[in-house]
Amino acid sequence: MLRIKNKFNAERDISGCGLCGIINAKKVKTNGSDIKKAISVEHDRGNGLGGGFAVYGNYPDYAELYAFHIMYDNLSAKTDVETYLKNNFIIEKEEPIATLRTSKIYDHPYLHRYFIKPKTDRQDKLFHELGDDDFVVNSVMLINQNYDGAYVFSSGKNMGAFKGVGYPEDIADFYKLEEIEGYMWTAHNRFPTNTPGWWGGAHPFTLLDWSIVHNGEISSYGINKRYLEMYKYNLALRTDTEVITYILDLLIRKHRLPIRLALTVLASPFYQNIDKMDSGRKELYTALRQIYGSALLNGPFAIVFGYLGGMVAMNDRIKLRPLVAASAGDFTYVASEEAAIKAICPFPDIIWSPKAGEPVIVEFEEKKVPQKGEMIRL
Amino acid sequence: MTKTSFSNLQPEYLALVDHNKCVRCKRCIQNCGWGTYSFGGDKILADHSKCVACGRCYTYCPEGAISIVKNPTVIRENANWKENLVQNIWRQSETGGIIISGMGTTFKYKKYFDHILLDACQVTNPSIDPLREPMELRTYLGKKPAKLDLGMDENGEPVLKSKMPPQIELQTPFVFGAMSYGSISLNAQKAIALAARALGIVMNTGEGGLHDDLVPFGKNIIVQVASGRFGVHRDYLNSGIAVEIKIGQGAKPGIGGHLPGEKIGLDISRTRMIPVGTDAISPAPHHDIYSIEDLRQLIYAIKEATDYEKPVSVKVAAVHNIAAIVSGIVRAGADIVYIDGYTGGTGAAPNIVRDHVGLPIELALAQVDERLREEGIRNEASIIAAGSIRSSADAVKAIALGADAVAIGTAALIVMGCHVCGKCNTGNCSWGITTQRPELVRRLDPEVYGERLYNLISAWSHEIQEVLGAMGVNSIESLRGSRERLRGVELTDAELKALGIKHAGL
Amino acid sequence: MMTIDAAGMPYKELNKQIREGIAKGIKKFFLENVNGQYYIGDGIKGDDVIININGTPGNDLGAFMDGPTLIVNNNAQDNIGNTMNSGKIIVKGDAGDVVGYGMRGGRIYIFGNAGYRVGIHMKGYNEQLPVIIIGGKVGSFFAEYMAGGVIVLLGLNNTEPDGEYFASGMHGGTIYIRKNIDFSKYSKEVEFIQADENDMNFLKKYLMEYSDSFNISAEEILGSSFYKITPSSARPYAHLYTSA
Repeated sequence: MLRIKNKFNAERDISGCGLCGIINAKKVKTNGSDIKKAISVEHDRGNGLGGGFAVYGNYPDYAELYAFHIMYDNLSAKTDVETYLKNNFIIEKEEPIATLRTSKIYDHPYLHRYFIKPKTDRQDKLFHELGDDDFVVNSVMLINQNYDGAYVFSSGKNMGAFKGVGYPEDIADFYKLEEIEGYMWTAHNRFPTNTPGWWGGAHPFTLLDWSIVHNGEISSYGINKRYLEMYKYNLALRTDTEVITYILDLLIRKHRLPIRLALTVLASPFYQNIDKMDSGRKELYTALRQIYGSALLNGPFAIVFGYLGGMVAMNDRIKLRPLVAASAGDFTYVASEEAAIKAICPFPDIIWSPKAGEPVIVEFEEKKVPQKGEMIRL
Repeated sequence: MTKTSFSNLQPEYLALVDHNKCVRCKRCIQNCGWGTYSFGGDKILADHSKCVACGRCYTYCPEGAISIVKNPTVIRENANWKENLVQNIWRQSETGGIIISGMGTTFKYKKYFDHILLDACQVTNPSIDPLREPMELRTYLGKKPAKLDLGMDENGEPVLKSKMPPQIELQTPFVFGAMSYGSISLNAQKAIALAARALGIVMNTGEGGLHDDLVPFGKNIIVQVASGRFGVHRDYLNSGIAVEIKIGQGAKPGIGGHLPGEKIGLDISRTRMIPVGTDAISPAPHHDIYSIEDLRQLIYAIKEATDYEKPVSVKVAAVHNIAAIVSGIVRAGADIVYIDGYTGGTGAAPNIVRDHVGLPIELALAQVDERLREEGIRNEASIIAAGSIRSSADAVKAIALGADAVAIGTAALIVMGCHVCGKCNTGNCSWGITTQRPELVRRLDPEVYGERLYNLISAWSHEIQEVLGAMGVNSIESLRGSRERLRGVELTDAELKALGIKHAGL
Repeated sequence: MMTIDAAGMPYKELNKQIREGIAKGIKKFFLENVNGQYYIGDGIKGDDVIININGTPGNDLGAFMDGPTLIVNNNAQDNIGNTMNSGKIIVKGDAGDVVGYGMRGGRIYIFGNAGYRVGIHMKGYNEQLPVIIIGGKVGSFFAEYMAGGVIVLLGLNNTEPDGEYFASGMHGGTIYIRKNIDFSKYSKEVEFIQADENDMNFLKKYLMEYSDSFNISAEEILGSSFYKITPSSARPYAHLYTSA
């Protein structure tokens, strides 16, 4: 029996890891071979029980549609889910996700993708006035929770997650990433702590166009989870990554916090530093902690998350997990280890270790969007 | 009925004086507030029936000549008819009175804190060294908006658009519970005030008004409004950091209060603003609150009188339907809800209520926190858990179950020498705590006990930091409500469900 | 002088304007079209401040008040003079339940009737002597736990108190009743005597002020006989308890 959902008797699914990310601020695209090369340097940070990638800009022809990647462990689940999709979405295109038969990934679910948009007269409208994004989030949670044998692992626009049980370099081969092009990539190599690994549990974890890869075990998971549940998030996966994604979704998409402030919630300054700020900032940061104390990620973490506007990497407020960043021209690289960056960019302009809790934020320079198909290699 | 002088009651304790060691210094006679000792011409005599085992005499006997022992004389008892039941029947048949006591219940109900184990980090996430790295205990009590209300300044930097509702800043998640001047002595209140100020936490006036000597401690004081409205006036409401409406108390839910007239001397009379010598009666309900909308009316009457600058707390006893009650209180506009469990203390309560009414704070707290989260209003009010917090471990467990802070009452009195004899109602406390007799009050030095209170709470705070570090978090807010870090032992499924925690091993 | 048109105004705004007016030194306020706004006069200070209210003010009128005078030209609702410290509330119509709860000082004059639980836990202290005078009748639990101050029931227009359980737990203060009295309605904790000359001299200034407030003749009232009710003990429950 394939494990695409977490059926293990564990309150949490946690892991140690390696991670890296590549972004081109001018949206120049690269194919998946660089990110594969980088993450494979961090081979020993994982144990073969989870690897994955997120790529942005890979579906330019369907950029206005939600791209659902769904894994099925049996075909009747596919029939059920497709009935739901047909009732609620216009499906512009659907196809199997291309994979390569490889001896390294000998056991895998059936993988299918759908380019869809919510119907304006969906049944749901009889009861709710949800926007499309919220409806998509609800649909993803509904399928993942209620449809046995089906798991949505990617649901954003013009982006996609590709992941599974295996080492990331093997997962990259399995999904033929060298044939996929994007202007931003993240990758993850997983070392599950208390489960044997399962397909849905590999990183990146995604929601709409959020994608998160993460290293470390959040010590405040218990209260982070209960805090999110108050806002009706359903934490079905019981992973730290899921918690981080939902916190960012709540802060940035729902509460409309600027990204930098939202990140301050995750790794807030200590009161002794807040007390030294000028009165306006002190008031703001104190309020931030008073209101969002339950969303503070306490304990070790390094995360890289991607969204339509760019990429962010940061670690916890006392730097319990490693993070290195480098830039070369319009490219920025982040990784758990410097060697991962050096493997694909031997001579960066600068290379640095971000301070505890200080985010590296790279946003796309929207004015200089390159022409479609234009791409460069390092 | 005519009263007979003959009594069946037997002394509970014997005050034994070793006459070979005794130097007849008579310190025991001086120290005992109960009149147990007298001088018989050549030696100290003891009236055992008056001894409550408060420990004052042997603590202050320079020769170690006194021992207090449980009366070995058997009052015949069996598993059903316990000694105290028999004695109480005699007591009531001789007086016709309602039996009252001080402190919390002495009954042996299950203590849930003692069946909860804490988590710690090993390998997969690291513990943090609390002595060398920051470990934050600062806690804010008050209403928190669900989301930040942001604007932009002229540089495009985010700034707070609307001011935060008023908060109480605590440097460590403890408060001193409400103990009025009247139920305890002014010196006891002063010791607590000194400690509260030094610790950066708050104390609570209880329903006894605010004595002039405590006015300078306003920033560390919550002033209480209870059903008797003693000492309550406009300036009083504005003199503290917050205002608390007392609905109930864990030791006596649904019961009013009654400070007997003989305790209302000149000073208490001034503080409570009532005449000398009259009973100070607190009605069972607030007569302006017969329904939840009336509570809202009083909350906002206080907010209007304080120009919305003070958080308003509502104190309730933990009773069976506590989760729904607190939800109503929060929706009525309370900024803080203080929940007092059934083991909480009191200056005086009928035993039938003290020993038989209410709910353990652990279960009440767990249910309240869960209910407020289900309703999406947990941010609307802070929760203070009370009702016999006996150690820092109890505090940590309460916070992990969902409390923002815990209140210390009995433990603070123990610091001052209290041996929990439970006779607070009599006003004879030899330690000068629950008495108004000047010769007894005088012996309680506020400076000395203020420092000891400071020591206790500092020590407990350090212990909490140790536990936070072991759990791998460096801020108390990452523990608050984090039930994942708790496991139950020797608890039934129903108990685990009520606490919202898993059994150890799972 | 400040006139506020309170039509449709939330209480928070109305009371804020009053507080700001007092802070600016305004002494006289006219509130027009008041209808149900809570907390008018709540927590305000100033012996020479007068607030004239047209319409029906909401609950907790004059709560925690310390000095000012509130004149209500119509009926008032519940909880007027709640925990009031000093000042004066004049109601030219009827008042609702729980008048003067925990009141410590000041005066409440009601022309008409009042509801249940009038003067409950009213208390005097030092120079402060709270006084409630009610022209009409009162409901049950009148003067429960009364600990101080003075309540006068005038029974004008031939009204008789129609409640019961009066003065339960009364342990301070004085009640004066004009006209006949039904002793069975009162608790066993009080004593009744006929008011004497001293009492009438004491009451005179309050009754004169009351009459002036409503433009009625003081003569008839002052000429009547009053019963005086006082508690038998300041310690009504001294023998109820026994220590464990």
